[in-house]
Amino acid sequence: MVDRSLAAARGALSGLRELNTPAPAGLAAAVADRLRPVDAYAEVDGPIGRLYVSFTRDAITLVSRAGDPGQFEEEFRSTFGRPLHRVAAPPAHIGRLVEARVWGRGRPPAAARVDISWLPDFERRVLEKTAEIPRGEVRPYSWVAAEIGRPLAVRAVGNALARNPIPFVIPCHRVVRADGTIGNYGAGGPESKRALLQAEGLDPAELARLPAEGIRYTGSDTTRIYCYPSCRHARRTSTGHRVSFRSVDEALRAGFRACRVCRPVPAPHRAA
Amino acid sequence: MDGPDALPARLAADARAAFGDVVSAYQDLVYGVCLRVLRDPQLAEDVAQDAFVNAYRALGRYPTARIAELRLRPWLARIALNLARNALRDRKASHAIDGVPEPHAPAADEPLSLAQRREERNLWARLLAGLPDRYRQAVALRHVDGLSYPELAEALGRPAGTVKSDVHRGVALLRAAYDAEQRRQAGLERKEAV
Repeated sequence: MVDRSLAAARGALSGLRELNTPAPAGLAAAVADRLRPVDAYAEVDGPIGRLYVSFTRDAITLVSRAGDPGQFEEEFRSTFGRPLHRVAAPPAHIGRLVEARVWGRGRPPAAARVDISWLPDFERRVLEKTAEIPRGEVRPYSWVAAEIGRPLAVRAVGNALARNPIPFVIPCHRVVRADGTIGNYGAGGPESKRALLQAEGLDPAELARLPAEGIRYTGSDTTRIYCYPSCRHARRTSTGHRVSFRSVDEALRAGFRACRVCRPVPAPHRAA
Repeated sequence: MDGPDALPARLAADARAAFGDVVSAYQDLVYGVCLRVLRDPQLAEDVAQDAFVNAYRALGRYPTARIAELRLRPWLARIALNLARNALRDRKASHAIDGVPEPHAPAADEPLSLAQRREERNLWARLLAGLPDRYRQAVALRHVDGLSYPELAEALGRPAGTVKSDVHRGVALLRAAYDAEQRRQAGLERKEAV
């Protein structure tokens, strides 16, 4: 009995070894083909004027408001050191990614992405986190810092965002200062940032009003949850139930908990 | 060309140049993992491509020291496994998956011994496909693809002891299923004889 099952077990193992399936002949070539960078760029409409967008087969590599094509090509060369050719319009999936990310129209297609894999780890994480900020909302620099596990690196977050190679698509304009001022902007200065936020339906004056009065968070006295004021859950709170807080401490003392969607963090002391 | 052991060092030195050899060395493993999850050769090929493309991009994010110490086999197996499971989930959302395809349909004028081997192979493929998911991948990675237990633990993201017992239980289940199949066939033959 023992011998029989032992033989069967051996039979199972050699039987299994036979199951090794060779990969289809074209697989290696197909992978090599997909990894060969083919860089092209096109002009697209942006909320505050024309944008140049460069892309590989399936990813956006650079976005800029460069004055003319020559300037953009030079920007690309100095960043990647690869040749670049111009096309009339981006391929459909890249175009749809721009539509979704820049204009908030439709869902981002699965076939297209942004390529920031070449950036240093910290900068990449800052940009990935920033990409999560919903359209029409803003978060402080300190929020990005806290979310990526580097709560003290607030200034470094600002520097990383200033060098965002894919502005508009990665919405670095949705990161503002905790004190309500709009902060600086790499793709055209504070004026452009204000215009961009306005185009998304935010009122920059309103955005600055609460912090100017010392208010950093708002909550609802029915749910006893506090949020960043631009969080969609804060905005749907009716005026009668809205409560304001100057600090996280104040909100906690009042028995409120942090919103799990916008995940507000304490403002850094420097800004307070 | 050096053996696969030298690949991580060459990848660390120049990922673009060395990655082609990574694909040739591990394409059977990656394709096999995808095929076992998805049971659809066309989809498995697409997902295997994605797995290598993702792996290559991930290398761009790793520090050189980490690349040099990569254990490519379990690393690639894990990437392939995760992608294939995602693809399966996406596909299930759209339409139900088909049954297990027969890996090889026998040709009409095949010599008997070859036909028998084929039948045996199809039987094992069918029995393996019938194993619960948890055991199927563990058994296949260990005994079809030949990963070691530590590699297996890394690929499946589970403790070494757990994957070891999964493999043993899986093989025991296979064995029992094989015995049952033999008895069933013996029974059929007896009936035919009568």
